[in-house]
Amino acid sequence: MSAAPEINGRMESEASASDTKAMPKVQIHGLNFFYGTNQVLRSVTMDVPALKVTALIGPSGCGKTTLLRCMNRMHDLYLGNRYEGSIVVQPDGTDILDASVDPIQVRMRFGMVFQKPNPFPKSIYENVAYGLRLQGMSRRKELDERVEKALREAALWEEVKSRLHQMAHNLSGGQQQRLCIARAIATDPDVVLFDEPTSALDPIATSKIEELIVELKKRVTVMIVTHNLQQAGRISDMTAFMYLGELIEFGDTNRMFTNPAKPQTEDYISGRFG
Amino acid sequence: MRPDLFHALQAKRASRRRSIDQWFRRLGLFLTLTTLGILGILLLNLAMNGLARVDWNFLSSFPSRRAGEAGVLSAWVGTLLLMMVTAGAAIPFGLAAGIYLEEYAPKNRWTDFVEINISNLAGVPSILYGLMALGLFVYQFRFGQSVLAGGLALACLVLPIVIVATREALRTIPSSIREAAFALGATRWQAVWHHLLPYSTGGIATGVILAMSRAIGESAPLITIGALTFIAFLPPAPWVDHAPFVSFDWLFSPFTALPIQMFNWVSRPGEEFQANAAAAGLILMVITLSMNAAAILLRRRAQRNITW
Amino acid sequence: MVWVLRAGGWASVLVTFGIVITLVKESWPFFQAVPFDRLFTDKMWTPLFSEPQYGIGALLAGTLVTTGVALLVAIPLGTILAIYLSEFAEPQFRDWVKPMLELLSAVPTVVYGYFALLTLTPLLQKIYPDLPQFSMLSAGIIMGIMIVPYVTSLGEDAMRSVPMLLREGAYALGDGKLGVALRVVFPGAFSGLAAAYVLAISRAVGETMIVAIAAGLQPRMTVNPLESAATVTAFIVQVSLGDLPHGSIGYQSIFAAGAVLFLMTLGFNLAGHALRRRFHRAT
Repeated sequence: MSAAPEINGRMESEASASDTKAMPKVQIHGLNFFYGTNQVLRSVTMDVPALKVTALIGPSGCGKTTLLRCMNRMHDLYLGNRYEGSIVVQPDGTDILDASVDPIQVRMRFGMVFQKPNPFPKSIYENVAYGLRLQGMSRRKELDERVEKALREAALWEEVKSRLHQMAHNLSGGQQQRLCIARAIATDPDVVLFDEPTSALDPIATSKIEELIVELKKRVTVMIVTHNLQQAGRISDMTAFMYLGELIEFGDTNRMFTNPAKPQTEDYISGRFG
Repeated sequence: MRPDLFHALQAKRASRRRSIDQWFRRLGLFLTLTTLGILGILLLNLAMNGLARVDWNFLSSFPSRRAGEAGVLSAWVGTLLLMMVTAGAAIPFGLAAGIYLEEYAPKNRWTDFVEINISNLAGVPSILYGLMALGLFVYQFRFGQSVLAGGLALACLVLPIVIVATREALRTIPSSIREAAFALGATRWQAVWHHLLPYSTGGIATGVILAMSRAIGESAPLITIGALTFIAFLPPAPWVDHAPFVSFDWLFSPFTALPIQMFNWVSRPGEEFQANAAAAGLILMVITLSMNAAAILLRRRAQRNITW
Repeated sequence: MVWVLRAGGWASVLVTFGIVITLVKESWPFFQAVPFDRLFTDKMWTPLFSEPQYGIGALLAGTLVTTGVALLVAIPLGTILAIYLSEFAEPQFRDWVKPMLELLSAVPTVVYGYFALLTLTPLLQKIYPDLPQFSMLSAGIIMGIMIVPYVTSLGEDAMRSVPMLLREGAYALGDGKLGVALRVVFPGAFSGLAAAYVLAISRAVGETMIVAIAAGLQPRMTVNPLESAATVTAFIVQVSLGDLPHGSIGYQSIFAAGAVLFLMTLGFNLAGHALRRRFHRAT
């Protein structure tokens, strides 16, 4: 059996046996996705476990970002996209792909952090407060508390507490991304979706954010798309390997990286293609 | 987090956001169509009041104190002659300036200044061009209150339009084309003449048409230099029936123009003069709208024909 | 061949030169003869009378009020249209609506003047019978309509340059289209929009025919749009319509008015240019 690449120390892990018995947070079943006539996702089925980090890996164009953006119906913003199949959120049991479901509501339950930091042209405080205001919070004291809580959870509070009302774009790239994380988690979403959150950042900023994510999973379910296999190995509990729109393999990260079941998975992980 | 309550409250918010979006979409569509509709109302209004007046007599008669006998002959001839001067001055200078600034001039403080200058000129009120023409062309250069002075005033007015259109048209050509020409040993001028100008003709022509359309509709500068509103004669013709067969006397002749004539009639009380004004306005609208429409179609076709 | 082109390059500079020099040269005698403070302390603008008054405020009031009315029409309407076209409308719809809106600003201004005087004013008089034949309200409204395409076109360009990534951040938090447009796109496009507004102001201040035809030619110191008044530009037209011997007081006064007008619009144009530069740098 070929050797899997050296994994730089898992940050935290839990026994996988008990996980499979817990209720999954999101159940994706038979998901097909079309950009116009182009089919990008083929019959993806997987159960995303609650309060764990699930990584989506695969070569460029495999559909991992497309899959992530199905979760909060981001594709609805552009013409010509079509979903088939179901994505059921537990414990509600609602299929969020159903036409009767309001994407705005879905997006209030799922947070998203993007590949490039995208803070609003507003102050640091107002960035984090944006989602809270959308959900009706308006009392100053309440907002102050929630903003501070979110910034602490994003490991940014100490660095910005004295300049909350300065413009967000004055922060460094890494700080901006942590601000975007704070913004996403301020509203207590059930699930946070990370789309290659550290690909534009330096290693120090990257490791800060990885630490953050591992802390975060105690409270929220995390799905993260990443190009960086070592990162997936470092922080995720479950990994999904995708290729050309199909889910090739899905399982416990440790096992997948040391003993992948499918040959394609093994080829990708050992770097034979990518 | 209690899922049920969370959902109910947020569900209401979400649906309110959706209905606000729908409402704004309807408002936006309504306002867009209404604003565009104003154009139609304008045309309809002019047609209702003036169409009846537009006939061969109207087009071939001079203005008259009797509204029923008045016509736009001197006006449209004047406009035509003016446009000859305007085009003759604005197009060469505008093209030259556009080519020079886009292809030749180094990027320094001076060219920066020139750009700010052009952008400012585009925003200078048209009447100031008339004042300049009055002081400079009419008196200083002693052209008098003539077609030449008027045509040059309008040429200065539309010069920025031609320059900007030329520059934008040249800008859309990717630099790889220029590099290909240079690599074959062409001089800069050869590259411009053989490649860049032919490829950008569509964009330049669009700009020229828009510039001329603007010039035809302008009246303030012409009033300022003293275009007379009651001209019952035509400027001398540009041709004569003896050598050298071409005459330039018309350049120094007093004149009137379509928009001036319309202005004159609008200022007179009485329905009949107002009908004349509407008729003149209708002719003006037809000319300027069709020129603009032609420019738009030309721009569309130019964009489609050459894909880089 | 290059020298020919270079000559063309100088053409635009020469034109500016020509305008500035002419304005300065021909208005200089006026400003020399008239004590500067009288421009502000005199109550009326009657430089051609035997007992002349030089209160330019009367003309400025006319310009201010007509511009104000025009902006009250153009800025809200233009901005809503810009938001609608940029954030809500389908691309194909936008593609043919934009050029058609620009047609609105290509209508000869005499035609707009005609419309204001002979169609809009009677209409307004049905609602408010005391409205005089010439009024700043009527002229201002039509001017506003003429200016809408400036606001919409530049504003929509500015908004569309805001990157989609910024919008997605807001959508991902559960905001709706209008919310994203007002809370994220609008602030993000702000200097571009400001440039559009400033250029619209400049256009309104410099407009001549609409106000000359529909707002009246009598300078009047008033801020009531329901009255008639002359603007700086209308004054120049009115004097030009009469006899204008070179060097006469009438001749000099229109250049003086022109100089004031030039300074005003220069200020707005430079501000608009700077804002547009700042916007392009930011995006």
